[in-house]
Order: sequence, then C-alpha cells, then structure tokens
Amino acid sequence: MTMPDPTFNTDRAALVARLKTVLPAHCLLVDAEDLRPYECDGLTAYRALPLAVCLPESEGQVVDVLRTCHQLGVPVVARGAGTGLSGGAMPHAQGVVLSMARFNRILRVDRNARLAVVQPGVRNLAVSEAAAPLGLYYAPDPSSQIACTLGGNVAENSGGVHCLKYGLTVHNVLRIRVVSIEGEVFEFGSEAPDSPGYDLLALLIGSEGMLGVVTEVTVKLVPKPELAQVVMASFDDVGKAGDAVAKIIAAGIIPAGLEMMDKPATAAVEPYVKAGYDLEAAAILLCESDGTPEEVAEEIARVTEVLKAAGAGDIRVSQSEPERLRFWAGRKAAFPAVGRITPDYYCMDGTIPRKRVAEMLGAIVDMEKKYALRCANVFHAGDGNLHPLIMYDAAKPGEWERAEAFGAEILELSVALGGSITGEHGVGIEKINQMCVQYTTPELETFHRVKAAFDEHGLLNPGKAVPSLHRCAEYGRMHVHHGEIKFPELERF
Amino acid sequence: MTLDDLVAALRNAHDSGTQLRIRGAGSKDFYGGMLAGEVLDVAAYAGIVAYEPTELYITAKCGTPLAEIEVALADKGQMLAFEPPRFSGATVGGCVAAGLSGPRRQQAGAVRDFMLGVKLVDGAGQMLEFGGQVMKNVAGYDISRLLAGSLGTLGVLAEVTLKVLPLPVAEQTLVFDMNESEAVKRLNQWGGQPLPISASFWHDGRLWLRLSGAKAAVAEAIGKLGGTVAVDAEKHWNSVREQTHQAFADPVLWRLALPSGAPSPGLDGLRAIEWGGALRWYAGESGEIHDAVRGAAARLGGHAVLYRASESLRCREGVFVPLPPAMLALHRRLKKAFDPRGILNPGRLYAEF
Repeated sequence: MTMPDPTFNTDRAALVARLKTVLPAHCLLVDAEDLRPYECDGLTAYRALPLAVCLPESEGQVVDVLRTCHQLGVPVVARGAGTGLSGGAMPHAQGVVLSMARFNRILRVDRNARLAVVQPGVRNLAVSEAAAPLGLYYAPDPSSQIACTLGGNVAENSGGVHCLKYGLTVHNVLRIRVVSIEGEVFEFGSEAPDSPGYDLLALLIGSEGMLGVVTEVTVKLVPKPELAQVVMASFDDVGKAGDAVAKIIAAGIIPAGLEMMDKPATAAVEPYVKAGYDLEAAAILLCESDGTPEEVAEEIARVTEVLKAAGAGDIRVSQSEPERLRFWAGRKAAFPAVGRITPDYYCMDGTIPRKRVAEMLGAIVDMEKKYALRCANVFHAGDGNLHPLIMYDAAKPGEWERAEAFGAEILELSVALGGSITGEHGVGIEKINQMCVQYTTPELETFHRVKAAFDEHGLLNPGKAVPSLHRCAEYGRMHVHHGEIKFPELERF
Repeated sequence: MTLDDLVAALRNAHDSGTQLRIRGAGSKDFYGGMLAGEVLDVAAYAGIVAYEPTELYITAKCGTPLAEIEVALADKGQMLAFEPPRFSGATVGGCVAAGLSGPRRQQAGAVRDFMLGVKLVDGAGQMLEFGGQVMKNVAGYDISRLLAGSLGTLGVLAEVTLKVLPLPVAEQTLVFDMNESEAVKRLNQWGGQPLPISASFWHDGRLWLRLSGAKAAVAEAIGKLGGTVAVDAEKHWNSVREQTHQAFADPVLWRLALPSGAPSPGLDGLRAIEWGGALRWYAGESGEIHDAVRGAAARLGGHAVLYRASESLRCREGVFVPLPPAMLALHRRLKKAFDPRGILNPGRLYAEF
C-alpha cells in the first residue's frame, strides 16, 4: 500500500547522475531488483519503491548525499536494519533511502567512563556483547535486539522489557552526532552531563528520522547485575493480574522487568518454546529481580508475598539461569509464535495507565467479536505498554482492512483511557491518523514548526510521524463513519 | 489564578509585544542571564492536580512548592528521585525550567529523565499539551523533555507531570579521607561495579558516599567499601542538595560538568566534586579568568557554567558556554517556533534570544 504524494516530483535521471558524483558505484543502488529489499520495514503492509538507495561509508558521504537531496528537493528516508514496526523506514516513492547499514563499527568501549561510542548501524545486542568482558552492558533491549540497530533505536526511542527500571533509549544515550538535511554536522549531548542550551539530544531521540540523520552514538553502559531471577505467577482473571502489577509498585518495588501475557498469547507460545507456562491461567505475570544475590532474595520474597495477596495461583521462581531464560524465551518469542498460528498479524503499541489494563483487555475481547478477528495480548505491564497482536489473513479480502480498523480502535481507546497511541514503536506511517486523535491542531502545528526549524522544506521522511492538518481534517470526516468505509487508508476527497 | 488567566496574560503580552519575566518563588533569580521584562508571577497557579502512587506519577501546577509535593510523595513512600534543590520555597515549574538536579542524579537521572508530560502556554498564548501521564509515549516529538532546562524561554510550564519512584528501603553514608585525584579515581572504579551508590560529595580532602537500595545490598556494599559510617548523614546530604554547605558559599561559583573520569582541569579554587566526578565546583574570581575556566572544561570534553556571580558579571561574561553559529541559529529557530515575538524570559538563557 502506498500513498501518492503530489508534493514531490523528482527527476530520477538527474538525481542518480548527481548521486554518482558523490558516491562510489558500490554505495549506490538504482536497479529495481536491488531496490526491492528496501521497499518496506517490519510493517510489511505498507510498501513503496524508492528511486535509489544510498549506502554511504563515511560521514562525509552522508553529508554529500543530504546536501545533494537538499539542493534537488528530494525526500530522504534514513534506514537502519529495517526492523521498525510502524513503517518509519518505508521509502518515499519520489525519494532516496539512506541506509546506514555500513556504519557498523564499535569505535570505543570505555571501561572507566562506562560508555561505548558506536556507529548507528551497530546492532543493539552487539553493544552489550562488546561490553560483556568488562562486566558492563547496554540496558535497553527491544525484542528485536539481535537485529535492530542503535541508529534505529535513537530514531524510535526504543524500550524493551527492562525499561521500567533501566529506562528507554533517551535515558541511556549520552551524545549523538547528527547531520542535518543541509549537510551541517551537529553534536547533541556529551560525555559530560547537562549540555549547554536546549536539550536537543532529548528532542532528537524518538524523532523518527524527521530532524536529522545520526552518524554516531555514545551510549551509557551499566554494570551487569550479579544475579537475575524471575517470578512467574498465574492468575485466573486478567483484572487480578493487572491489580497485582499496581500492588507490586505500591509496595515500593521497581522490578527489572514486569511483563504480562494473556491466555491466547501463552497458548500460542507454549507449543513453540515450551517455556512451562500455565495454559489454564487467564494471564501470567513475569517479574524479574536483579542485583546481588542477597538483594534479589530480599526482593523476590517481597514480590512473592504481594503476588499471593493479589490472588496469584501458581507461583514459580526461576532456580537457574537456563530456567530464567526459558521463562523469558516465551515472552521474547511471542511475536514469532503468534506468527506461526496465523498467516499474518498486526502488532499494536498503545500505552495506558496500569490500572486500566483490565478495562482495555475487556474492550479488546468485544472488538474481537466486532471485527471477527482474534487477538493475543502481550504487555509490558510495568510501564503500561500493551502489544495486542491482531491475527488476520492478508490473502482473505477485507481482513487487513478489518485488522487495521481493529488496531485503530485500540489506539483511540488508549488515548481515551489517558494513554498514548505508541509507547515504543513510533508513529511512522501506521499511526499517522491516530495522531489527529491524540493532539489538537495547535499542538500539531507546534510539531510542524519544530520540524521546520531543522528541515525547512520537509525533505526528511516526509509524510511520517506528524500528520498534515489537511490529512487530519480528512480523517476527522471519515472518522465519523468509522467501520463503514472500506479502505479507510486510501486518500479520498 | 486559573489556566485561563495564564493564557490571557500570555496572549496580551504577545499581542502588545510585552516582554515577560516568568517567576515562581524567585528562588533561582540568581541563575542564568539577565532578568528582563515585566514580572509574570505564576506562584498563585498552584496545587497538586493528580497523584497516583501506583502509576508512578504526580501532576502539579507550576506554582506548587516542591516541599508540598515532597510531603505528599513521602506520605506514600515515594520521592522525586532527581532530588532538585528546594532553596527557599522553589516551585515545581521553576524546578523543571531550571533543570537543576541534586545529589541522586548520578544514580537516578536528571530532571528531564523524569519528565512525562507538560501543559504549556506558549509565547503566542496557546495552551498545548505534550506527553502525558504514562511511562512510555513516543507519539510526536519529545517536547516535554526539551522544556527541562529551557529557563522559561519557550513557554510557561503551567502544569508538569513527573515520574516518581519509591524511597529506598535502606540508606547509609560512608566517609573516606582522600585527595581529589584519588576520589575521582575511586568513584569511577566503583561506578563500574554493581554497587548501590546514590550520591557522592567530595570537599576538602573528604569523600562522602551514599548507598541506597535493598537492605542487603547496602549492608554488603558497606562491607566491601570500608570507610566510616556517617552519623547525621541526612543533614549532610540536605546541605549539599540545598547548597547551604560551605563548599558553595563563594560569591562567584563555577559549575563544571565533565566526563566523570576527567583528570583535574588544573584550575585553582576546587570547592567540591559531585556525581561520581562529573560535576565539579570552583570558586571564581570577578577578573578576566573566564576564558581560562571555559577552556579548561572544554579541553576535558565538558563545559563550565558561571553558576553564581553578580548580575553584571553574568551579563558581561554570559552564564552558559557560547553556542557555535549553526547551533545558535538552530536555537533561534526553535525559540521562534514557540515564542514568535521573543517575549519570554529574553536573555535568560543566552543574550541572543
């Protein structure tokens, strides 16, 4: 699915000719078969073929490509590993993809300063692997960490299962080097705290490639805890499980991880990974504690007490590292496991206040009937970040449209319950309409002015992250008839 | 005072081009560049709007005294983990606008790390909401964090939502006798180990180290680290947080933010070291040494803030490190995006806007 964008009308031949003057042949792809692998990211329902893919190998080349595109008025979509789930790296049909895949070197791992300087194409997990011999690691661990890159993590402000205690990308990045669309190189943040001026580091993190292209990232490394253990608790009611989460936090405990899965999710996962989940339970909670052995024992005892009082049935504590990893394996494999039992699935990313969990899950059950589609729920319960996995079959006419409407309704309910349409996957192209629900016109105008302060002509990742007011006006009109219009994604009027 | 009053005040100022100096309790009048414009007193827009301990957030109007917030939090066993200075009656709006964090910053993070959401009245008098009350929210640019430390130059932070954390179960302070370089070395070595260090403060040959966490973790760390367990530790940390400790008494005071392991910058007048070595305080002179101080910090990969000085000295020398031209241009464009007529706290952050 692509959206025509009348704003740009690129002279492909002229563009390619100019790019050839700034990039060697092996850094530029222009043939259709070479471009095909770049036509989508992890959100495969949205695709577009770019005019060219640039694979620069130096910051100087990034500067040259951006300057060229700026001069010619050509859209640029930066891309890391392409694992994003909101279409943030979906190409622009009139533009170039700027792949940072070759920026794959770890430049420095500093034990004394507890930081690593890496290029943006370095994989998330590779940072922790490089730091492991020093007893350090990089805390944010999105489920895709074996593949996703630091540049993409910065663009999306990625989280993971440990971010309640250890924070998101924004809490763990000290400094970034960024090239603006005009080819100006900036450094935001530093190895020292509280950089002078506005906190542009925070502004850039999670900006979805709209403000600049990252060429270097300095991340904080933290000491690896001596021990981690997981408590797994079963509940016969999702409401009780949700209450248990609130009670753990009310008891003054911030666990290293606090995750929830509902019955459809455990049913999908268990045959696939054999994690030992209680298949009778309406929901299970996984609660991780880390630290010194004494500290962990103290916290596990407190957590167990709270879980019992909250009405947990079966409670099990991992007794070894392999067992802990097995408990987690099911959670980490939830997406592929669901992918095994359905031809396609659509993953949502709303956040809600923790106390509204049961309400949301109840509403999702009703929506399953309304849209005649099944949904499994995995949930970063500690931070209120829900990942409903809506199962559909793209080959069956109408199913994708129903899945999309189902997802939209979940996101809009997230906003109504006091939450947000996206906790960690980003808006991208996927949730662009729901931005109209979450923000008012003056707020969206502010976002556009911030964008213009960095990228006056809107060349970086056009059409993503922040909707045009025109688009919202149209969505608002269609929204009234929600559920009656077919293909609500197509441009109308 | 109501939100409508604030909106009206800003709209009028915008329409008439009146420059405003936003003021809460005025506890940080000493901080930043010149104080210009008609005073917009927001202290009366006060009160806790929402506090949900199990959701880990508190929302308060800008004029709410930090002390009031902290009493409410302590009642539920929680805290503002970045330990902002309260000075004399500091308000939560001023706390976020100034972006100053206290001793626990090295463990817990800075003000901006706890920003969840904001209700902002911008320089055109528009009421805008960014972020929210949930822990994770990546919809739209992260405007709330951008506002932390912006010194009121982008808008009035009418209401802020901050993440809160449980108070540590156990807390103990150790004291060591050691010199500056030894202290920096040890702090960085300890920082690389899984120790529950929540604050550090070095002054005049003595290092205080606060440990916070589970009882077992604190007890174990005490066994591992040695030193002497301090009595009256709470009073000590309070004097660091409020800067009533004698280390902060000099009339001209430089605040050097450095990579934590940086060697001594070779300046006279070292008064204190905090944040595991990343924050160093120097007594300054009113003479022509400012380039030397800034240069020394920059050579080590950090920067120097003229934290306390007479207003004339601050205006003459600038408080913060001058921005390179492209960065300054970017700041100006952003300023204009929020405050098109440049009426909010002009010159408080940089003389240029």
